[in-house]
Amino acid sequence: MTLFAYMSHAPLAQPLDQIFVLLDHWLVGFVPAAAQPLASAILSAAAIILGFALLFAIVTWMERKGLGRIQNRFGPNRVGPFGLLQPIADGIKSLTKEDIVPRTADHAVHFLAPVLLVAASFMGYAVLPIGRNMVLLNLNAGVLYFFAISSMMELAVFMAGWSSRSKYSLLGAMRAIAQMISYEVPLVLASIVIIMQVGSLSTVSIVDQQAGYTGIWPHWFVFTPWGFAGFVLFMVAATAESNRSPFDLPEGESEIIAGYYTEYSGFKFALFFLGEYIGMFATSGMAITLFLGGWSAPFSFLTWIPSYVWFFIKLLTIISVYIWIRGTLPRLRMDQLMNLAWEFMLPMTLLNLFTAALWHFMSVGLLRWLICTTLVVVPCILLSRGLKQRKKFQVRTYHYSE
Amino acid sequence: MVGKGIIQGLTETARNFFGSYVSKQRLTTVQYPEERDPQIERARSFPFLVYDGADAEAGLRCTACLICEKECPPKCISIEKAADKRLDDTGKAQPYPASFNIDISVCMSCQICVEVCPFDSIKMDVQYDRSSEDRFGGLLLDKRQLAKSNEYYNAVHPIEASAVDQRLREERDKAEAKARAAAEAKAAKIAATKKPIVEAAPEAQSVGGDAQ
Repeated sequence: MTLFAYMSHAPLAQPLDQIFVLLDHWLVGFVPAAAQPLASAILSAAAIILGFALLFAIVTWMERKGLGRIQNRFGPNRVGPFGLLQPIADGIKSLTKEDIVPRTADHAVHFLAPVLLVAASFMGYAVLPIGRNMVLLNLNAGVLYFFAISSMMELAVFMAGWSSRSKYSLLGAMRAIAQMISYEVPLVLASIVIIMQVGSLSTVSIVDQQAGYTGIWPHWFVFTPWGFAGFVLFMVAATAESNRSPFDLPEGESEIIAGYYTEYSGFKFALFFLGEYIGMFATSGMAITLFLGGWSAPFSFLTWIPSYVWFFIKLLTIISVYIWIRGTLPRLRMDQLMNLAWEFMLPMTLLNLFTAALWHFMSVGLLRWLICTTLVVVPCILLSRGLKQRKKFQVRTYHYSE
Repeated sequence: MVGKGIIQGLTETARNFFGSYVSKQRLTTVQYPEERDPQIERARSFPFLVYDGADAEAGLRCTACLICEKECPPKCISIEKAADKRLDDTGKAQPYPASFNIDISVCMSCQICVEVCPFDSIKMDVQYDRSSEDRFGGLLLDKRQLAKSNEYYNAVHPIEASAVDQRLREERDKAEAKARAAAEAKAAKIAATKKPIVEAAPEAQSVGGDAQ
């Protein structure tokens, strides 16, 4: 343990951990004192936009490679070594493509929709603690702000669908709205257990609460029965929220072309693509902040690795799981989607609130673990069994199309 | 159990993912410009003209009979018959094409020209990856571009080509035997009459067409 203690207080680790913070302070020192808060905010925002846009490029490559390997293909391997320059080629392609706007489209709204989507998806990062002392805004209502901003993405999606004047766009947008509103309920309810436990809406204090260790084990909320259930529910809802497979009904190619962005081409299409991925990273980052201890290391002896590295390792792990799931599960049907949200996820999240409350008021011990685990597992099994048994398969009779 | 199917599916995809890095057999994709699968006997793209020997111009089997031009459903073949004739490899004077063009932007690869050709002159090529910067002139192939050797034909359609070669050889042998028999009969006749006959040597006919 002495070795671990030594390593965690190694002289090099501290400056390396704070290198971006120090860099920010140093650069901001050049501007007059009155403009310093603004300069710092602009600098941090620029760093976030650049960093996550780069991550977007890497993830599109990772996704295409990963899906390829899952389907026993090579994936992109033509542009650059291992196809690593593929995102650049894609970017150049989308920039040089013709930008087509339907003649009957509402031009202003049609133009604003992708801009708003990207802006809204980037705004969520303001409250995400990417590393120790690395948060743009420590709002005392950070979690609330995050969910408020992420619901702006729904508006952008509907703007795109409505302004395109295409039936496919509109159908896709309506599906997206129905899905996103339905899954926002379990998404928020699943994260409320954390707020109950921490007693604060600030993302920084949520991470600070999880940054401690018992022995070598971290105090992440995912390692409690209600936290684990909350994490799984949150991730399912987040998948649906970001319109990813198996919840990609709004852009189901086989049914409605590309959903709400059918009528977009060229760079606007790329912006939708970007916005969707940035939104996915943001919700994944929120899941990390809420359940996986944010930037904190998974073991006490690994704290010498800079905090932002841990954040991005966790983020890439979650993204890999997203890709894995996308390569595995087929698309849900509309009724299955809605049933999952309202009949399974909602009761489970409400029950999880009760479990978390019980955990909070019971004394520390094995009994607490036993009761709370039972309260999570048994309802889950009973609910899914019950929902399965209620299904009756019968021959459908058509009244008008015989 | 709840979620059993999902877990089974996830294991399967994970096995594919890691397996594709371990076993090369899983990756069935042919890396096209570098690697190519061998082409099957019956592959076909567009027609080409077969020539015998080393000279593409002189050895062309085509006799400009125009059957393929008339039979071609989309009318993509256009042939101009040369005004003169030339000797083929059996020593018979045959017409030949002054120009032979196929517009492959029109050709539908139906192989009817190959079916009707009585001289085994037009055959189907297997080259499928071709492109041109000029969509009119670049896709109109002339006689020079169409002419490919019998060896090439043997390489792309080995079974079919060897059958054709055998048939042609038999026909040539038959023709030669006939010619020899005729010559012998003539010689016998000459010997019988004992009257010398001066045979005019066949005039070498000039080979027309573009001298490419």
